[in-house]
Amino acid sequence: MTITAPQPTRRSRRSSNMQEAAPSGLVLVVKILLMAMVDGFGLFLLMAFIANAQIIVAVTVGVGLIAVNIVYFRRGGLAAKYIIPGLIFLVVFQIFVIAYTIYVSFTNFGFGHNIDKSSAVEQILSNSIDRVPGSDSYPVAVLTADGQLFLLATAPDGSAKLGSADSSLAPAPDAVFVGGKAQSVAGYTTLTLAELFQQQEAVTSLAVPLGDSVSDGFLKTADARNAYIYESTFIYSVPDDTMTDTATGAIYRDNGEGNFESADGLILQPGWKAMVGVENYATAMASTGQSEIFGVFVWTFVFAFMSMLLSFVAGTFFALVFNDPRLRGRRGYRVVMILPYAFPVFLSGLVWSGLLNQQYGFINQVLLGGADVPWLQDAMLARVTVILVSVWFGAPYFFLVCTGALQAIPDDIQQAARLDGASPWQLFRHIKLPLLLVSVSPLLIAAFAFSFNDFGTIFMLSGGGPSNPTSPIGAGATDILITVVYKLAFLPGQKDYGLASAFAVVIFIVVSAISLALFRKTKSLEEVY
Amino acid sequence: MANISVPSLTIGATPATLAAVTPRPPRRRTPWEWFATTGWRHLVGVAVCVVSVFPLLYVISTSLSANGTLTGSNQLFASITFENYVNLVTDPGRPFVRWWLNTLFVAGTTAVLSVFLCALAAYAFSRLRFSGRRAGLATIVISQMFPQFLGIVAIYLLLSTLGDAVPALGLNSLVGLIVVYLGGALGVNTFLMYGYFNTIPRELDEAAKIDGAGHARIFFTIILPLVGPILVVVGMLIYIATAGDFIIASVVLSDTQIQTAPVGLYGMISLFRNDNWGVFCAGAVLTALPVMILFLFTQKYIVTGLFAGSGK
Repeated sequence: MTITAPQPTRRSRRSSNMQEAAPSGLVLVVKILLMAMVDGFGLFLLMAFIANAQIIVAVTVGVGLIAVNIVYFRRGGLAAKYIIPGLIFLVVFQIFVIAYTIYVSFTNFGFGHNIDKSSAVEQILSNSIDRVPGSDSYPVAVLTADGQLFLLATAPDGSAKLGSADSSLAPAPDAVFVGGKAQSVAGYTTLTLAELFQQQEAVTSLAVPLGDSVSDGFLKTADARNAYIYESTFIYSVPDDTMTDTATGAIYRDNGEGNFESADGLILQPGWKAMVGVENYATAMASTGQSEIFGVFVWTFVFAFMSMLLSFVAGTFFALVFNDPRLRGRRGYRVVMILPYAFPVFLSGLVWSGLLNQQYGFINQVLLGGADVPWLQDAMLARVTVILVSVWFGAPYFFLVCTGALQAIPDDIQQAARLDGASPWQLFRHIKLPLLLVSVSPLLIAAFAFSFNDFGTIFMLSGGGPSNPTSPIGAGATDILITVVYKLAFLPGQKDYGLASAFAVVIFIVVSAISLALFRKTKSLEEVY
Repeated sequence: MANISVPSLTIGATPATLAAVTPRPPRRRTPWEWFATTGWRHLVGVAVCVVSVFPLLYVISTSLSANGTLTGSNQLFASITFENYVNLVTDPGRPFVRWWLNTLFVAGTTAVLSVFLCALAAYAFSRLRFSGRRAGLATIVISQMFPQFLGIVAIYLLLSTLGDAVPALGLNSLVGLIVVYLGGALGVNTFLMYGYFNTIPRELDEAAKIDGAGHARIFFTIILPLVGPILVVVGMLIYIATAGDFIIASVVLSDTQIQTAPVGLYGMISLFRNDNWGVFCAGAVLTALPVMILFLFTQKYIVTGLFAGSGK
């Protein structure tokens, strides 16, 4: 593809220098006001990210903010001043997003692996606490403040201590004792028996840390009267990077894939985010013999190609039929015919899924007189159905495009062919079709790329079904790559961001390769023309 | 060309070639001849129109039917009541009015801001000469090939990170969704605008420059008014695309109260397709109507726009 642009004349070059003269008063005021707003907002973001300890994001915002200020306050670089507002969004939400997708595709990020290693260690330790045998009992009262539960414990030495799930146990000197047991503290409400009963579960699951580290242990109560010291049954050794189960003596080591794993293959949950190399790609490319995944690839190509081809054929046919000046009411036909293309895709998918419903749908019940055709339930038939429905809203587009392209074919060529005795078919085959292809082939590529990622049709119409219970990635018979990405990442039960991203990267590669190859082909077609 | 097709003007032609050029003499056609030339086209036309329009009529009929189930909507226009519409807007469990207004807000804001960002960039590419200009244009054309939703996983993770510190830019925020959509602003339509900007004579800016106007004044007071039509068209295209987006909106907005119409309507029938069918169809009519009206206004430009953007 070539991009043609008016060549700059010497005069226009000189005049663009003139444009950079100092701005007048009012413009300057507006500019400074706008920049003040941008900087104010940028600083707000910066503060928010720093406050939340998101240092990488904060640094990015800071660098971006400085860059924006340089662009707008330096003299010259006029083009950047116009491009940068859109460019910022493009960089963050298009280019960065692609890069981040590639990064995630090399990790095990997902359900059970969405925190860093130190948080995972902490969670494993605090999830497996057990009462320390023979430890002292602490008489407790359960208090509440701001909707949070606190334990007021009377230590064996007789002093009162207060703590909650978030704040470790600390001395409470102003506690009021009743019969040698700390009972209440000013500013907190002591729960009554009835309230305790109501919040039974929250009270019994409350674990108040004794110190800053998980290994210091917790205070827990089972009956809201006496609490005991609980400690994790696991011990994490920092120098060895191992977890030891004190109950069984089993040692769990970092298996390099974001989990602690014992010698017999037992895995501790949760795991953490870790780089897993090309594992996701190996799964995606079916190197492990999961032929369903390969099937998704093939089907995506078949769907995209058939949908494009049939839409084009149907659109061209209608364009030829209605491109006859003797035909009355052409405008009326035209408006009605493009309605499917105007109807939002997500709605037409859902509406067709209702029409094609096996038990109650209009097609089976009324048109076929109570037939029981499994339009979307049988794997092969469902594939045919989704292609046909995608043609239903793809054909009007090609009808519009081809009508325009046919009208642009010069009349004299057609007349010359007719004079030479060409039949209508010959006229179409040797004159109209080649010329049509020259102007429409870029759109065919675009249509292929669109269908390749036609999430709306597949997801709304068949939901990717009929489902295949043996598929390791939960892909049904009509699932294309992009619906697999969505299902893997966002449907309950899966949440495998790493594998989903690997599929997305594969789509990136396929779409780039196809568009590149086909655009080259188009260029050669144009040269022939 | 016209003189060839009119028989009386083709003086030098032999009778044989005359017949080849105009197979029908200008007399009244017999019914059979009429059918062979134009009649069958009407047959095809009627068939195509039935297939095209039937699902849409079915939606309207179902939305007006008294029985709101899939089973009960097979008799087209058997009854006409507005019960489904009333149910649709009064059920607090699925705030359709909120969804509809959310869609309007998100798609409208995205369209206006995208058009502005796009026009700024198109002005630079059309009127200014700078290094990296051709590469920039090529990048924009290439980025058209990659729909934003391919990075949906990364978008989700990015928003959940941003939202930890700034909830307005995070998940379950309409502003967050708009910001994501703005990421696609330059990609899709800048090239279309760029082509249109090039058709505005440069002599106009030259004259303004000589009169002492700066670049900002030229852009806002001379160029923008002249490119008004393309701004409107691009705005409508972005509105249509945004208002119909399901995939990004469904990932960003999980809270029922804050969803857009596509996400809400899908959630309404994804589990109980049969029961809510009539109410869903009422929602579909109300959701599709504004978009379809916009579409019929812009369809001419959609075709020519795609030609300009991808072909030349």
